[in-house]
Formats: sequence, structure tokens, C-alpha cells
Amino acid sequence: MPSKKEDSRYKIANREALIGVGLVIFNFIWWFAFAYGLGSKDTEEYSYILGLPDWFFYSCVLGFVVMAILVIIVVKKFFVEVPFDEEDTEGKENE
Amino acid sequence: MNWEAIIPLLVFLIIIFAVGIYASRHVQSSNSFLDEYFLGGRSLGGFVLAMTMTATYGSASSFIGGPGTAYTQGLGWVLLAMSQVATGYFVLMVLGKKFAIVTRKYKAVTMVDFLKKRYQSPWVVVLSAFSIIIFLFSAMAAQWIGGARLIESLTGLSYTSALFIFALSVLIYVTIGGFRAVALTDAIQGSIMFVGTLVLLIAVIIAGGGIPNIISDLAAENPNMITPFGAEGTLSPAYVSSFWILVGVGVIALPQIATRAMSYKNSRSMHRAIIIGTIVVGFIMLNMHLIGVFARPILPGIDVGDKVMPLIALEVMPPWLAGIVLAAPMAAIMSTVDSLLLLVSSSIVKDVYLNYVQPNAPQKRVKQLSIGITAVLGIIVFVMSLNPPDLIIWLNLFAFGGLEAAFIWPVVLGLYWKKGNKYGAFASMVAGIGLYVLPEFKLFSFLLPITQPFGMHAVVTPVVVAFFAYVLVSLFTQNKDYGEAKIV
Repeated sequence: MPSKKEDSRYKIANREALIGVGLVIFNFIWWFAFAYGLGSKDTEEYSYILGLPDWFFYSCVLGFVVMAILVIIVVKKFFVEVPFDEEDTEGKENE
Repeated sequence: MNWEAIIPLLVFLIIIFAVGIYASRHVQSSNSFLDEYFLGGRSLGGFVLAMTMTATYGSASSFIGGPGTAYTQGLGWVLLAMSQVATGYFVLMVLGKKFAIVTRKYKAVTMVDFLKKRYQSPWVVVLSAFSIIIFLFSAMAAQWIGGARLIESLTGLSYTSALFIFALSVLIYVTIGGFRAVALTDAIQGSIMFVGTLVLLIAVIIAGGGIPNIISDLAAENPNMITPFGAEGTLSPAYVSSFWILVGVGVIALPQIATRAMSYKNSRSMHRAIIIGTIVVGFIMLNMHLIGVFARPILPGIDVGDKVMPLIALEVMPPWLAGIVLAAPMAAIMSTVDSLLLLVSSSIVKDVYLNYVQPNAPQKRVKQLSIGITAVLGIIVFVMSLNPPDLIIWLNLFAFGGLEAAFIWPVVLGLYWKKGNKYGAFASMVAGIGLYVLPEFKLFSFLLPITQPFGMHAVVTPVVVAFFAYVLVSLFTQNKDYGEAKIV
């Protein structure tokens, strides 16, 4: 059976993996909603931000900036440092 | 010959070789040749890790083929390319700490090592090694063609001579250095790409008379160019969204990426790599593909998509600067090729030879064999690339899809689902590869409407079916399950 130390490392790993999945879903919704929400209009009705069509600006440019900021916040706030090597943990934990 | 552009490119290549040779000293001093040659001794820091992942992923598909397609399709293709931002954080977060901890326990050096220890099944190992060899071969050919095209457009040499120069430099470099050399130079290359794409984008915008001007030129030529739907209106939301699997989250299952996700030093390196990786990948993808779109009004009528990048660089910049900036895609291609070569040779040497042919081969023999096979593989790919298709991106994406369909569930569920077993893994790989490859043959083309519903990319259905195959077969075979590693 795994030791307690082992469990706590895996619990952290599992939680962080779920955060990754959450981020990707948010990322996808943002990207999709702006691209096809604003981009499906007739091109005559497009408005422009920094010279780029608005759907593109919000979906790709702003979307990227938002994701970069979110990732920084998530990693700094929620990610925990754990040791990887067996020497760093007490004893042998497999089987 | 355009010497003013070629010299900076050569200087760059020489620097790369120097780093490779420096790194190779570590290979000689390290006590485990395998660990060092294929993993760099699990010692990568955050910056190097982020850059090596970016450079490996941001391969010829994004740097030569990608902008080439953006040139024909317009902003819709940039939208598609932005699905790759997800790779920057998703891969490291999901494989994450669990993969790092487990592979260390298993003493796994490659993805196949991990699968072998996790499932304890020769069938899984052989099928994995086989799919890596087949699919990565097609990916490699795509990269070589990209590299040769770049040299061809830059120097005016014939395609064959260009391919020869490219192949020679890659081979010398990778056989000498191994993984650490590749990872270190990836860091240099990643940085060059980051700066290089920005410089080129700015130069293109200036040459085109500013963004509003370029956009209105594009709209005047074909209004579809500035919509999300592609030049002919053929990029449907379902098709573009399915690239989130192909080049976004599915990338997790690519062996060359997974190898990197076990090579870092500690969790701090990993955290840094997630942040740096996300920013760098997003930045480079956005810039590179915008360059492709913006190049259109400035340099219309380029028929071979792969040549868009080199030609636009030579058009809008002084030759010496174009040489330096083109070092960026060159860098991307070289590093991808290098790591693919290493992977295929590690599959042959470690996963097949050491497992089943000669388990007790002495270190010296393993070393000779690794280097020898790497070189032979390079020569075979060279021959394959002599007569290439025009758009490398499809070849490359084909290979990616196959590997993803094969490996995504055996890796991810193998890590996080205790009940997953070898039967499930094997069924999942067979279902994934089978459904992905078969419809490509005429005989089975009746499967196409099933495997590509709603016009999605062919990767989606195999990945979904492979998931159910893994879960159902694992559940049905629970009581047969013995002797597998219970660490997960």
C-alpha cells in the first residue's frame, strides 16, 4: 500500500491536472464564442480594433493575453512544489 | 546565391554545433549513457524545458506549412492555429507531477518505457514502438522537406542539394550530442524564434502600410480572408474546433512531448515552464500565422505554400536580417527533426532491442547502436524526402493524429485510472490507430462519413472510440488483471 506521503503527492498532482482541464475548457469557450459569435456577421458590419477585425482581436489576441494571465495566477496561487525523487521522500513507497 | 542572407544562417548553425559538442562532453562523463543520451539526465530547468517543448512542438507544421496555409486561407487559419496556446499549459499540467513521479519510480526514459512498466505487456510495447516508428517517420519526412524548402528559397540551390545540406547538418549534430544537446539548443532556438517572429511581423506590417491597410487589401481581394471561415468559406466551426484535439490537448500523447514532460529537474522548473511555455507558444503562433496572412497583399501569387515564409522575409527585410530571422524556422525544424530522430532510434534500441533481442547488451554496444541507428534513420528519411508533396503540413498532421489516437488514453488513463489494464490499453491503441488509418485507404473509404462527422478532422472519432475501448475493455477484464504495476 502507498504511504501517506505518497497519497498527498498524488492528490496534488490530480488536482493540478483537473485545473489544467478546467483552463482548457475556459480557453476553448472564450475562443469559440468570440470567433463565431462576432465573426459570423457580414464582413461589411465588422468593426475593427487596432486594425484587426473585432472577432479576431477578442478571440485570438485578447484571448491569448487573458490565458497567459490566468495561467500565471493559477500556477503562482494553486500549484504546490513537491519533491520528485524517491530519495527526497521517506522510505520506499511502492507496493 | 544570396550570401548576405546565407552567412548569418551559417553562423547560427555553427553556434548550434558548438553547443552540441559542448553538451556531448556530458554524455561521456555521465554514468548512465541511456538516461543522459535520451533524457539529458532529467536535469532540465524551467526555461530550457519551456523552450524545448515549444521548439519541438512548433515544428515545420507551424513555421513553414502553417504560415503557408494562413497565406491561402486568411485569418481563419490563424484562429485555428491559436488552439495551440493550450499546449503551453495543458501538457505539463495534465501529465504533470504524476508523470514525473511515476516515471522516476519506473526508471522510465521514454514514453514506451512508461507503458511497458505500467502495463507489463509485450504486446503493448511492440505495438507502441511500431506506431512510433511508422508515424514519426512521416512526421520526420515532413520536417526535412520544410528545412530543405527553406534552404532552397534562401540560396537558390536545387531542392536536392538543399535537402542534402540540411540532412548533413542535422545528422552530425544529433549523433554527437544526444538529448541534452538537443534540449539546450532548443532553448537558443526558441529564443531566436520568439524574437525573430516579432521582428518579421513588424517588418511585414510596415511593408504592407500598417494593419488597417493590409486588412482592407485582403478584404478587397476576397472578403472571406478576414472571416473565420477561410478563403473559400470551407473552414467550418466543427472542423476548426476539432484542431483543439489535434494540435491542442491531443499533443499530450505525442512521444516527443511526453519525453520532455519527464525530463525536468523539480516542480519549480515545471511551474516556470508552464508560464514561460504558454506565453512563448501563444506569442510565436500568433505572430507566425499573422505573418503568413499579412504576406498576401505584399507578395501575391506564391504557389508553393512552404516558400511563403522565406520569400516574405527576403522581400521585406535587408538580406542579412532575413538570414538571422530565418534562422528561427530553421531552428524549429532542426530541433524537431533532432528530437524525432532520437525518439525513433530510442524506440528501436531501447524498446525493441534491449527488451526483446539482447537484454544484457553492454553499455558500449548500446552506445554504438544508438548512434549508428540514429544515423541510418536519418539517411532513410533523406531518401524519402527526395520527392515530397507540396504542403508538408498535411503529412505532419497525419502523423500527429495517428500517435494521438494510439497513445492518448493508454498514457492519460494509465496515469490517473487505477482500473486501466493492458487489455484496455491494447484495445484502445488498436481501435485508435485502425480507425484513423483505415479510411485513408480506398478499400475502406466508406468509413469516411463515420469517422469524420460534421466535417470534423479525422482524429476526433478515433480518439473518442479509443476512449470507450480503453474503459470498457479494462472493466470487462478486471479479474484477469494480475502482475501489473500497481504504483498508479
